[in-house]
Amino acid sequence: MTVMEQRGAYRPSPPPAWQPRTDPAPLLPDAEPHRVLGTEAAAKADPDLLRRLYAQLVRGRRYNTQATALTKQGRLAVYPSSTGQEACQVAAALALEERDWLFPSYRDTLAVVARGVDPVEALTLLRGDWHSGYDPHTHRVAPLSTPLATQLPHAVGLAHAARLKGDDVVALALVGDGGTSEGDFHEALNFAAVWQAPVVFLVQNNGFAISVPLAKQTAAPSLAHKAVGYGMPGRLVDGNDAAAVHEVLSDAVRHARAGGGPTLVEAVTYRIDAHTNADDATRYRGDDEIEAWRTHDPIELLEAELTTRGLIDAAALEAARQDAEEMAASLREHMNRDPEPDPMALFDHVYAETTAQLREQRALLQAELDAEQEHHGEQEGGAR
Amino acid sequence: MTTVAVKPATMAQALTRALRDAMAADPTVHVMGEDVGTLGGVFRVTDGLAKEFGEDRCTDTPLAEAGILGTAVGMAMYGLRPVVEMQFDAFAYPAFEQLISHVSRMRNRTRGRMPLPITVRVPYGGGIGGVEHHSDSSEAYYMATPGLHVLTPATVADAYGLLRRAIASDDPVVFLEPKRLYWSKDSWNPEQPTDVEPIGRAVVRRPGRSATLITYGPSVPVCLEAAEAAQSEGWDLEVVDLRSLVPFDDETVCASVRRTGRAVVVHESTGFGGPGGEIAARITERCFHHLEAPVLRVAGFDIPYPPPMLERHHLPGVDRILDAVARLQWEAEG
Repeated sequence: MTVMEQRGAYRPSPPPAWQPRTDPAPLLPDAEPHRVLGTEAAAKADPDLLRRLYAQLVRGRRYNTQATALTKQGRLAVYPSSTGQEACQVAAALALEERDWLFPSYRDTLAVVARGVDPVEALTLLRGDWHSGYDPHTHRVAPLSTPLATQLPHAVGLAHAARLKGDDVVALALVGDGGTSEGDFHEALNFAAVWQAPVVFLVQNNGFAISVPLAKQTAAPSLAHKAVGYGMPGRLVDGNDAAAVHEVLSDAVRHARAGGGPTLVEAVTYRIDAHTNADDATRYRGDDEIEAWRTHDPIELLEAELTTRGLIDAAALEAARQDAEEMAASLREHMNRDPEPDPMALFDHVYAETTAQLREQRALLQAELDAEQEHHGEQEGGAR
Repeated sequence: MTTVAVKPATMAQALTRALRDAMAADPTVHVMGEDVGTLGGVFRVTDGLAKEFGEDRCTDTPLAEAGILGTAVGMAMYGLRPVVEMQFDAFAYPAFEQLISHVSRMRNRTRGRMPLPITVRVPYGGGIGGVEHHSDSSEAYYMATPGLHVLTPATVADAYGLLRRAIASDDPVVFLEPKRLYWSKDSWNPEQPTDVEPIGRAVVRRPGRSATLITYGPSVPVCLEAAEAAQSEGWDLEVVDLRSLVPFDDETVCASVRRTGRAVVVHESTGFGGPGGEIAARITERCFHHLEAPVLRVAGFDIPYPPPMLERHHLPGVDRILDAVARLQWEAEG
């Protein structure tokens, strides 16, 4: 007699009823990226906002060309250009309130500058005089993150902490399409959704992770669709349409601030320049593709809207260009000065209180520098 | 004079008390990790904290170590003091990128503007019959990363005192808890827990004249036992408990070795590339003329942590330590 027979007939019952935790339908992104410029929706956009976005776009483009030029002069170790993506960066900064926080990746210097950070300090990492140039608390901008997607959980933690303290602060975290493949992307979105943290994730899908195209990066219908699996809304937006990105991000920020939890926004855009000045983009993409995107330029899209609707005149357009030129000139001038990082600062801020071991090493370096100085002095003395 | 009621307490209880006292003293202290809330942690170290302080301050997180530590970074940026539990040594590896790329260097890269007062509690080491990934000694990885403090208590009193120090520190601390000592008892008064010296001080657990055993965490009781056993052989061994691997207390270690002239470093972690190599090198550099014999190491074998049925062969025990001590009669051997 088997055990089953001893216990009598086993009557299987259906498993307890299953229900989805969240209705997925409202979380799904629209089939097409959201657009404002050139559509009827543009009439509802605030003209002042459009003009501010425009000025920042022009400034941002000029920043990109100037920084790229500085790499050729050896003034920057490396520069990852965001030409073509300026709308995402500018809208990111303008969608936030002063008390909110921005978590940028290495390509997001424009967003950092548009947030008010000094243009020279924003380039410290890329110039190589230190790892980060600005005080993160001054403008509530985290240091530029080089590892991919690792800054996203920071944004979630900060937003969560702010909410625990009763502050209505929102964190906006920027990441690229390649970064969405990283484990930290998953963990950050999952934590954010579980905690209902007031955080907005903006994926700037610029088509390539260095050389790897999106098709080799993901099999998802869109990156915005990934949101559904976490239980947060996914939004798809034309990343070259500054008004659309600003609208979608502002909605998401408002939603988060009101206690509605996180949103994942995918901005579809394109990286016109190579990954960095050190990259040869001709090896993985053709000119046709770039040219097609050039005709969907974020500055021209917005300029056409403003001009057609008579919201900006020639003098204002010129003023925006002038302002950008002045910023570029100032940037050039500052970057052409040789930075003089203090070698002794290497031992500062490793720990709150320096260790005996670091004190010893500090003394060693000081002795080396003194000897160098003395040697230098002797040489000069000999020449005299 | 009032007599203090001293009764036996376990290291786990002392750690719980330290967390509770830290949370009561400072509302910015938050405990977070997998199973730390309702369950009280798989080792019960966080027992009762969620009930006492609420789930916002003792939070069961999703099961994701990088996410746990990564969100703790953001919380610390906003002024909180997260105490993160990694549950088991090898479970912490997914969080390594956060630890190495962000936690350890945020103060330095922001030039002091963004310190991260995070305590990462990692139960570590073998001897409890754990299956694979539950017994690693990963201290060398943490030691190799500038910007982190690495602490490990060996006594009940130190468990309390060092954890309080770790949580109060403005720097990130990897707090390695020797899990096989969780249930070791000691005379300790939980009603009047005592403070310890600032982070970075080693302590002589047993004074001796003929050689120094330098050790930490789970190997401290083993070394004390070896020192007792060695007496019959005529060896009077000094036992130094490092307590802090980073910063390293060269002063206490070297003072001891200069007195005894002989040293053996004892730890569970692998010998090759392990902490013992660094410690032996430091001693040699500083005490060469006082040494009567080479500095020896008694460590775990250079193998992946063995299955529980074989771990007793891997872990440095009293006999292996005594063999090393015998080899310190180096001169006589020529």
